[in-house]
Amino acid sequence: MADHHGAYCIDRPDFGSLFSALKKRGYSLVGPTVQDGAIVFDEIEAVDDLPEGWTDEQDAGTYRIRKRDDKALFGFNSGPHSWKKFLYPSETKLWSARRTEDGFEIEEGEKTIPQYAFIGVHPCDLRAIEIQDKIFMAPDTADPRYGRKREAAFVIALNCGQASKTCFCTSMGTGPRAESGFDIALTEIMGEGYHYFLAESGSERGHDVLRESGCRSAADIDFESAAKVSRQAVDGQIRAIDTNGIKEMLYRNYENKHWEDVAERCMSCANCTLVCPTCFCSKTEDEMSLDGEIADRWRYWDSCFTLDFSYIHGGTIRQTIRSRYRQWMTHKLAAWYDQFGSSGCVGCGRCIAWCPVGIDITAEVKALRESEGGKKNG
Amino acid sequence: MIAEHAIPSHEAAQAPDPMGPQPFRVIKVKEEIAGCTTLTVEPENDEAKKLCFFQPGQFHMIYVFGQGEIPISISGDPSHPQQLVFTIMGVGTVSRALTKLKAGDMVGLRGPFGNTWPVEKGAGKDVMLIAGGLGLAPLRPTIYSILARRELYSRVMLLYGSRRPENILFQEQLDLWNKRMEMNVGITVDSADKKWDGNVGVVTELINDTSFSPTRTIAMICGPEVMMRFSAHALMDRGMSPKNIYVSMERNMKCAVGQCGRCQYGQYFMCKDGPVFSFEQVEQLYKVREV
Repeated sequence: MADHHGAYCIDRPDFGSLFSALKKRGYSLVGPTVQDGAIVFDEIEAVDDLPEGWTDEQDAGTYRIRKRDDKALFGFNSGPHSWKKFLYPSETKLWSARRTEDGFEIEEGEKTIPQYAFIGVHPCDLRAIEIQDKIFMAPDTADPRYGRKREAAFVIALNCGQASKTCFCTSMGTGPRAESGFDIALTEIMGEGYHYFLAESGSERGHDVLRESGCRSAADIDFESAAKVSRQAVDGQIRAIDTNGIKEMLYRNYENKHWEDVAERCMSCANCTLVCPTCFCSKTEDEMSLDGEIADRWRYWDSCFTLDFSYIHGGTIRQTIRSRYRQWMTHKLAAWYDQFGSSGCVGCGRCIAWCPVGIDITAEVKALRESEGGKKNG
Repeated sequence: MIAEHAIPSHEAAQAPDPMGPQPFRVIKVKEEIAGCTTLTVEPENDEAKKLCFFQPGQFHMIYVFGQGEIPISISGDPSHPQQLVFTIMGVGTVSRALTKLKAGDMVGLRGPFGNTWPVEKGAGKDVMLIAGGLGLAPLRPTIYSILARRELYSRVMLLYGSRRPENILFQEQLDLWNKRMEMNVGITVDSADKKWDGNVGVVTELINDTSFSPTRTIAMICGPEVMMRFSAHALMDRGMSPKNIYVSMERNMKCAVGQCGRCQYGQYFMCKDGPVFSFEQVEQLYKVREV
């Protein structure tokens, strides 16, 4: 028998013990839950808050949830939220300036740091968190707000057992199975008369939690079942991006006519950037109290699809939708390699589902490649 | 097997806030030309003092209470790190507020940020500085640095294009440097009335009128993007390599530490990889509109 040290099985009725063990350690639990016709991430209290028996149907410009035939707890794919909502919230008070007799003084914006346990992080999203780490935890310029939350966070990954039509993690090399970067990785295994989780620890603290959660040790057969689950998520993927030479391909296609074709469809609504788990662009705004004594400095998510984003004195640099879509895609799939050493895309497919007109990043890459025709075989 | 937890466990959580400004006091205000002011500021505490050491070409983020924060290039002398000097044209909310400050007012500073003009690379060579409008301000620290060690350089030339004679920045200083023969200063204006007896025309005409050795000259250009593009091409037409031509770029910027994403220019972040680029680095991007 192979070495399965640190791997356990938790039967479905005992799954709540995992929540108890985390709560005992002071974590605020956040995970998927059904709200307003979508599976979103929010604070949860108990297993009952999970989307038991729910799944999603997704395609370009489409997202619907519906009931499953079974009682799976994690039988769905990416929803409109990503974990950046917690680590890098859409609104952050950076600091406050208080007027003094001869100037002003600066006070910290965030006083308490939440200690989150993320429950059910899909492998693509796990990679997205690691990608944002490079932006917000770079040496010398690390954002302490992000850093403190990130270091405190307990991460429970969830290996996918299915793919939606918008998923393409396999082609991006980000899933559907988590290899590292978690405290615990779960695989939900169910069938006629059985429903349990294979729980692999990825850290000492993860191992501690599992030892306490009343589990049995995992055996070879459990890993074989988990591999089958992952297989389904691989086989279910119908979309893909050919990443071979993609950086060079995009860099040489700044002037491709295809951008105009996308611009005909793109409404520049910024949905894709807001649902993207790696998009990190922001703006800052100053908000003055009515008595003029306190000026709060806020950071908000922003998008390269707004005209204001590239405004400098005299005008907006990226005036056309063509140039803004090009900026987004060229940054995500090309410049990101130069800037942070990897693609900025993890293949979660959110931008495809949540685009109101169904623009599909995988199809646009394909179209760009095809438009090059015989010129380049990339 | 239990792997080491992959979360980067460095000092990120304890690091000082890169978005937190330090207090500085305005000690001198000088109106240079209409709408354009030079502010001299001094640090209010020891932490702020650390922000005063800079290299030519770098910039700070300057915060005005309740108004906002913008990037401003340093226009002062790097060998006087007791204070910082900024030359600001009032064009937006924050820059206009900055030009209205008085001695004694407080501002918040972060920085210095960005890379530097290749002052060292010019040693032993001729240096050609080409400025357009307010672009002279970010080049002034370079002039101070070069003139402080004038013996290291051969010819030093400044070609400066201004909109009108009354828009010429640092006029007295330019006259002085020219008179002392520390630097050849050529000035041209886009338009002028009869009182002006100098050059009229764009700065590229000054380049064409200047004799220089293309293989032993380093050029540093600062001004509007279109002016930098034409200047760089005028220099390359004369045989200069794009490797020896440097430009300083400008983009919208909110954080200056590579996190707001706004200052991207192709693969570059203006705040970290720039603002100074060799023309070789940006030549291709310069050809594309709306990058």
